[in-house]
Amino acid sequence: MAKQKTVLFACGTGVATSTAVNAAVTEAMKSRGLTFNAMQCKATEVPSLADNVDLIVSTTPISASVTVPVIKGLAFLTGIGKDKALDDIEAELRK
Amino acid sequence: MARALMNFLDPQAIALGVEAQDNEAVIRLLAGKLETLGYVKATYADAVVKRETTMPTGLPLGYALNVAIPHTDPEHVLKPGIALAVLHKPVDFANMEDPDEAVPVGFVFLLAINDKDKQIDMLQEIMDTIQSEAALVSLSNAKTFEDIAAVIG
Repeated sequence: MAKQKTVLFACGTGVATSTAVNAAVTEAMKSRGLTFNAMQCKATEVPSLADNVDLIVSTTPISASVTVPVIKGLAFLTGIGKDKALDDIEAELRK
Repeated sequence: MARALMNFLDPQAIALGVEAQDNEAVIRLLAGKLETLGYVKATYADAVVKRETTMPTGLPLGYALNVAIPHTDPEHVLKPGIALAVLHKPVDFANMEDPDEAVPVGFVFLLAINDKDKQIDMLQEIMDTIQSEAALVSLSNAKTFEDIAAVIG
């Protein structure tokens, strides 16, 4: 089995929307048979943490200098485009 | 149903039919209630207003009236709680994902969060509530706390 991937969930404060998105993604991936290490942070902390993660899911814009794949997390707050976002996350986790 | 959300939503921190000039006025109205009720420190209101200008919280839901969830760092919070404003006329908040875009907002959930691990249910229930257009329509027609409890609880 491949090494467990690490997903960094980011939002403005690192406590509110990233918590909701983390919970939603963890649950949805579990039902797709996938687990991962989850981390949470403020958007401003992303550049310093990005090197140690495989994927970033953020509800706020992320600095363009970050080279790790970024998936927009707003879909998990609004419900709009949620299935597509989940498919994108699953594809990254299965890489 | 959304029991965790109702546990955190203080009946005295709900404002219905709010007439406000802009999003700062709504935030200050609700933050004042949370401060009076002992949920947040005196520094909370300024911190939320400041954060809203750099990291906005408007959520475009695809409805005529959308939702904003202003909040700030845990250091300004004494105990977890939620204040709710249902606006008479929408005010613009910037889009969380695209701060250059304005989102017309009819419902403001002001969040006081200090321990994310204990407040996951509350956050998820807010998301569930705002993803239901029927729930928001009922909220905009609410006249009393009981009406709101019937929608959310």
